[in-house]
Amino acid sequence: MNALTHKAFSRRSVLAGGGALIVSFSLVSHGFAQDAAASPPKPVKLPGSLNKARLLDAWIRVGADGSVSVMTGKAELGQGVDTALIQLAAEELRLDPKTIRLITPDTAVTPNEGYTAGSRSMLDSGNAIRNAAAQAREILIASAATKLNADAAALKLENGKITAPSGASLTYGELVSAELLHVEAQPKSKLTAPKDLKLIGHSMPRVDIPAKVTGGPAFLQDLRLPGMLHARVIRPPVYGATLQSVDMAQVEKMPGVKSVFRNGSFLAVVAEKEFQAIKAMRVLAHVAKWQGGQKLPDYPEAYEMLQKAPADTITVVDNHHPGTAAKTIEATYHRPYVMHGAIGPSCGVAHYQDNKLKVWTHNQGVFPLQQAVAQLVNLPIDQVQCVHVNGSGCYGHNGSDDAGADAAFIAFNMPGTPIRVQWMRDDEHKWEPYGPAMLTKISATLDAQGAITDWNYDVWSTTHGTRPGGARALIAGWTKDNPFPQPVLKPPTSPESDGNRNAKPPYKLASARVIHHFVKAMPLRVSSLRTLGAYFNIYTIETFMDEVAAAAGVDPVEFRLRHLDDPRAQDVIKLTAEKFGWSKDKLPQGRGRGFGYARYKNSQTYVACAVELGFDRDSGDVRVDRIVAACDSGQVVNPDGLKNQIEGGLMQGMSWTLYEQVRNDGKKITTRDWASYPIMRYSQIPQQVDVHVIDRPDKPFLGAGEASQGPVAGAIGNALANATGLRMRDLPFTRERMRAVMGA
Amino acid sequence: MRRRSLGSRLLLGVLLTLIVIVVVAVALVFRLPYSEVATPERTAFDAALINKGAQLSAIGNCETCHTAPGGARLAGGRAVDTPFGKIYSTNITPDRATGIGAWSEEAFHRAMREGIGRSGQHLYPAFPYDHFTKLTDDDIKALYAYTMTRTPVKAAAPKNDLKFPYDIRELLVGWNLLYLNSGAYQPDSSKSAEWNRGAYLVEGLAHCGSCHTPRNSFGAEKSDAKFGGGTADNWTAPALNASSPAPTPWDAEHLATYLQTGFDGRHGAPAGPMAEVVHNLSRAAPADIKAMAVYLADVIGPPSAERKAKADALVAKVESAPPEPARDAGLSKGAVVYWGACAQCHEPSRLGVPFALSSTFSLASPHNALHIIIDGIHPPAGEAGPIMPSFAGALTDAQIVDLVKYARSSFSDKPAWANVEDEIRRIKNGDK
Amino acid sequence: MIKLSVNGKAQEIDVDPDTPLLYVLRDDLQLNAAKFGCGLGQCGACTVIVDGEAVFSCLTPVSVLEGREIKTVEGLGSETDPGPLQRAFMEEQAAQCGYCTAGMMMRAQALLQKTTSPSDADIIAFMEPNLCRCGTQHRVLNAVRKAASLMKTAQASPAKQPAAQGAAQ
Ligand code: FES
Ligand code: FES
Repeated sequence: MNALTHKAFSRRSVLAGGGALIVSFSLVSHGFAQDAAASPPKPVKLPGSLNKARLLDAWIRVGADGSVSVMTGKAELGQGVDTALIQLAAEELRLDPKTIRLITPDTAVTPNEGYTAGSRSMLDSGNAIRNAAAQAREILIASAATKLNADAAALKLENGKITAPSGASLTYGELVSAELLHVEAQPKSKLTAPKDLKLIGHSMPRVDIPAKVTGGPAFLQDLRLPGMLHARVIRPPVYGATLQSVDMAQVEKMPGVKSVFRNGSFLAVVAEKEFQAIKAMRVLAHVAKWQGGQKLPDYPEAYEMLQKAPADTITVVDNHHPGTAAKTIEATYHRPYVMHGAIGPSCGVAHYQDNKLKVWTHNQGVFPLQQAVAQLVNLPIDQVQCVHVNGSGCYGHNGSDDAGADAAFIAFNMPGTPIRVQWMRDDEHKWEPYGPAMLTKISATLDAQGAITDWNYDVWSTTHGTRPGGARALIAGWTKDNPFPQPVLKPPTSPESDGNRNAKPPYKLASARVIHHFVKAMPLRVSSLRTLGAYFNIYTIETFMDEVAAAAGVDPVEFRLRHLDDPRAQDVIKLTAEKFGWSKDKLPQGRGRGFGYARYKNSQTYVACAVELGFDRDSGDVRVDRIVAACDSGQVVNPDGLKNQIEGGLMQGMSWTLYEQVRNDGKKITTRDWASYPIMRYSQIPQQVDVHVIDRPDKPFLGAGEASQGPVAGAIGNALANATGLRMRDLPFTRERMRAVMGA
Repeated sequence: MRRRSLGSRLLLGVLLTLIVIVVVAVALVFRLPYSEVATPERTAFDAALINKGAQLSAIGNCETCHTAPGGARLAGGRAVDTPFGKIYSTNITPDRATGIGAWSEEAFHRAMREGIGRSGQHLYPAFPYDHFTKLTDDDIKALYAYTMTRTPVKAAAPKNDLKFPYDIRELLVGWNLLYLNSGAYQPDSSKSAEWNRGAYLVEGLAHCGSCHTPRNSFGAEKSDAKFGGGTADNWTAPALNASSPAPTPWDAEHLATYLQTGFDGRHGAPAGPMAEVVHNLSRAAPADIKAMAVYLADVIGPPSAERKAKADALVAKVESAPPEPARDAGLSKGAVVYWGACAQCHEPSRLGVPFALSSTFSLASPHNALHIIIDGIHPPAGEAGPIMPSFAGALTDAQIVDLVKYARSSFSDKPAWANVEDEIRRIKNGDK
Repeated sequence: MIKLSVNGKAQEIDVDPDTPLLYVLRDDLQLNAAKFGCGLGQCGACTVIVDGEAVFSCLTPVSVLEGREIKTVEGLGSETDPGPLQRAFMEEQAAQCGYCTAGMMMRAQALLQKTTSPSDADIIAFMEPNLCRCGTQHRVLNAVRKAASLMKTAQASPAKQPAAQGAAQ
């Protein structure tokens, strides 16, 4: 038994060993979802997710032995959130971070914080945990004051021990009782003053890295349950094909094969060992006969379809008072389908025993998956438990929910046996829900002085989120017998979401109109990819701004500053320009510099970014040599962790921009591996990537995981225009496209 | 007197003849230089002409030979090993000092047609002017426009390292008299326009025969064994005539797919020097590639009924073969390597070409198969294309031997290869 | 029975001889570091070292490894006693999700065993077969540079020999 197995299995017993508070705990976590929705009168607003799970001990639990557990409903996806949350709790509880046990998403244990998405983890969970920890600390101190008969202000708190001037002391463990922290949180907390912070704002090594670099059990892929069997699912060759017949008998005879499972067009094989399962999967694929399948549009058909398909119109900005127009500039832009492309294909583990179905998943939302799986196998929701375990970075809604559901579906039909489903590389490449294709159109007018007098922006896109959609959103749900119909797409209701995220320009504009055309259906499977529509909206706006600046004859950095009021925006732009050495000097032929800026969701992290690149006209090669970026995420919890996120976003955004597009041949997805879907490799990384962080300890935390992809795309596009004199409207800038556009 | 006079007349005749010969020889040997011209600006050419030149240059594979490994594009310096010594490709960027920046279009035209440099020197036929001579004036114009608008790079090519007497350029006069048929391509009116276009490109600019036709002891292509298979950088360039070793016969469609996309499910992916050729062809006009495929398919000729039946049976066998080996009798050492390593991609309906359909295991020499196993196949970074990893670290030499022996006997009907071990050593030693 | 030596420890394994090493490491030996990423030799997540060479374990039939020395990240040290490369990766925080990391490390280790002071260009060229989707390439570069210097300084302990118990820690 390895440590991960142990941890996963014993989480409840760990909690159960924690002393008096435990009794109330399960009541707490069960009660909340209903309570929050139902109880009038409207309760006061509490910080972050405390607003949904309002009792302190839903977040912070102290055992009789003094051990402290912190609960989060947000998942570690490689973004370092576990470490940041521990830092917050340790800071406010005045504890050594090493002593804190973080309990990660588990439908049976932790608060329901929905999806770990939209760069909201610090906002939701971070604020909840920090405030809960601060309030717990004050309650513990007050209790100590009473018990030690001392003035609270005179007590000294160190490492979980509260000491009175008399020398008498009590530990957290000694102070805690069943009801002490089982209280509703207050809207205001006594947070540690910025000047007294010891952990927040300082880089702390990530808690998950040691296991990851020493071969520890760090991933769901490493979970080995006793008696666990390995399964593989055989998918249809194309979307929409159905399984006509399959000779299961010959596969059942293969060494190690325990079961061949078919339900409608859902076909899977279960074997003792992993490679036996793979061999059986291949034979099964060889003998399975499929029929039918739908047509797929490649490019440009997909873009044509986008504009023709039925769409709902959402007005994002409606402030249309066109002024004088001396000059009009117009452009249309396209972005193809893009993959999440996790390096580790999705994995799911499930175990059905005693009428309870437990699913281990590396997805972004254990609670929505719990609901979907319950529907899939037709079990009451309280008989399904979903537990998050780290996986390969997912960057949004990839195959992870499906793999979890695959495992659940098979395990449900093999009671008593833990089942591990591992997707193969082509499963992930062909079946993950892609980031949708998009089309944007923009036209602006300038007056004689070069000021923008009108701005018209339209974005066409299908949904950027096909979950939660219950069992209908899962491949198992639509390939099984009596399939659930495929999801009906609903237009977004909240601002800055879906395809219109960052469609609203951040700039001061006297007149602007922004329309989101929510396209109701397209053949390719899509869902949320890191940044949703923001990446491409920012690309469009930023490259267009550059064009407008050029038309106005103003330096693009200067032009942006003129159109921005927000001093924080100004600061990241100025800092980037300074560190980059922004200048108006002409670069040698074939070289260019470009600038990009955005505030993610117009409410999260500010990022400005400058790029220098070389363009080789002969090969069409775009070589990014240097990227300098500055970010402002409000109060910084873990500066190195933040830098890591911004850097990663720059690299991923660069890869999307230069290389990536999902392709098909009219029927099947042809980008089925890294050979047909190239992403950035070492030889293409810029020589230099510098990220500068502006810390604002007096401001709220802002999400950063999705903040840099859009700005870097804009900066690359602008640098390319600077190098070539040509405005690129279509992504990606593959060599082939560059040659076609530039000519020889 | 009479005698004398006869003698003197004879002498005169001989002398005159000699003089004529000398004059002709001198004229052949000592060619006049073209004077230097100002390097033309990009604006001197029509953009469409430059683009046309780019497409043609891609077919001519100019970049591959005129670029040193890791060096600046078209700046020369790539060594070409010949039986006569090493020849380095020249800098054809428009740099004035080290490239062709001072060349007039006439000088360029003469080089392409006759193999004579701007200053009148004879060029070695490693530069395939024996093919380029077939180009039309218009196409030479386009190539000039393209070449002269590249980024100039200062880079002097290393001196050739040729054995005596091959270092005497003047001797090429004789070679040219024997092997150069100068003059533009003459269409065959009995064939379609597409066929003629293909023939023009294949025989001329694409100079396919340079590698795919065997050469004689003077380094010239053997006219009696046209497309009979040759070598390039020690790689086997398979025959492109009736003796093509492809397990399933090539036709125009498969050739076009292969040349255009770099992968054909019935034949596989190019490797070695051909990988560069095909990579360059991705820039060519699709219609030109198709025309080349049509012509080449005609050169190869339609398969005999027997060959066709054999190929059909092979495809049927490959497609229906179970994706798992029979294990009752255990697997041979080579089979273990095949099933554990190769089969992950090369079993039918996976990513790579099934070995039984690839000509690699049907060639006379194991060089290509071994080179691919040892070095792998790597598309240019950022571009789509088949990836095969190197197996040099995973497999010992002996295990590679086991594998190719197994593959040769299982996936071709040819006799076993000899000297596989030596060939592995040579390849690992940089093909020496 | 196939006899292997993994991180200096002799192992006997009963599998088909053509089973790729990756599945033997993960399934039979319960080692975690080598990861399944593609099974096609395209991503490097499964990289291990065989006789000093970086090798894709997903495409290496296990029986060809008899009599050869296999090394995985578990053989470089442990959480409590990390080897120089592991220390460098920890100190440089050279991971995001970390799924590619063990493969990156084994490729880097192979380089550092051949070349004690690789240039940046050497490292970049050598690391080319390994993909990272999170964008940690620069951090990995920093870590490899740091590991090179750690390996040279006296206080850095050499790569731990038998440490197959790493998985249990
Ligand atoms: S898993 Fe072996 S190279 Fe990708
Ligand atoms: S750290 Fe996530 S793939 Fe490299």
